[in-house]
Amino acid sequence: MTQYSSKAVMSRRAVLGAAGTGLVAVAGTALAARTAQAAPADVQAKIGEIPGGAAAKEGKVTVKLPQIAENGRTVPLTVTVDSPQTEADHVKRIHVLSEGNPTPLIAYYDLSPQSGKAEIATRIRLAKTQNVVAVAEMSDGSVWTGKKQVKVTIGGCGG
Amino acid sequence: MAKPRIKTPSTAKAGEVFQVKTILKHKMEMGNRKDKKTGKTIPRNIVNKFECLYNGKTVFAAHQEPGISANPYIAFYVKATESGTLEFKWTEDNGKVTAETRKLTVN
Repeated sequence: MTQYSSKAVMSRRAVLGAAGTGLVAVAGTALAARTAQAAPADVQAKIGEIPGGAAAKEGKVTVKLPQIAENGRTVPLTVTVDSPQTEADHVKRIHVLSEGNPTPLIAYYDLSPQSGKAEIATRIRLAKTQNVVAVAEMSDGSVWTGKKQVKVTIGGCGG
Repeated sequence: MAKPRIKTPSTAKAGEVFQVKTILKHKMEMGNRKDKKTGKTIPRNIVNKFECLYNGKTVFAAHQEPGISANPYIAFYVKATESGTLEFKWTEDNGKVTAETRKLTVN
């Protein structure tokens, strides 16, 4: 009986000690996770890397996403850019960026005058509630952005 | 791998803009998942590139990152100009290429 209780105390201590180190470890991973997550600043930096992106203006780009995404593993996304898609005036590239995923860039699409209409649709993964930003590079060198917030119930980037 | 599903019209009027919908069955392995049995990280393997060629000329291309869902769905528009073929090409991280063609008659 005494042996049993001392063993119990030992294990309690062991558990406490483990919990202590565990807490530190958890805090460490949380910090690491925060730095690994893309932030609105990263998205701005990414837009800055696009030619002409430093002078990006809001408008022309419409991002269509559900208001609430129950499953972050597959969220339908449609990006429409207001452009006639002619030889003289067309969208060259559409970038899709995320403010809350491990990496900011989700995808980019190369369009041509032969595309006829500047609209793309796909399905994306979203880790958490965040803004999705779409950036359009036009043939005249101007850059336009549009964004939409989406609430994510279950994240889709878990390991 | 299963054959990709492509939805495109077989005939179109000249100058008509039509939608093309494609879906490829693929896991889109992100590279941050672990094998529960061995504890090893499963290497990344996603379809990173998609191209649509209209009579040999690239009219639409996509560069994809792990933020794209499994079984990648891509929908876009193409303007009909002449009869010919539409070629679709998916390239994976491991170099594997899946290609499909569709005939298009313009009248």
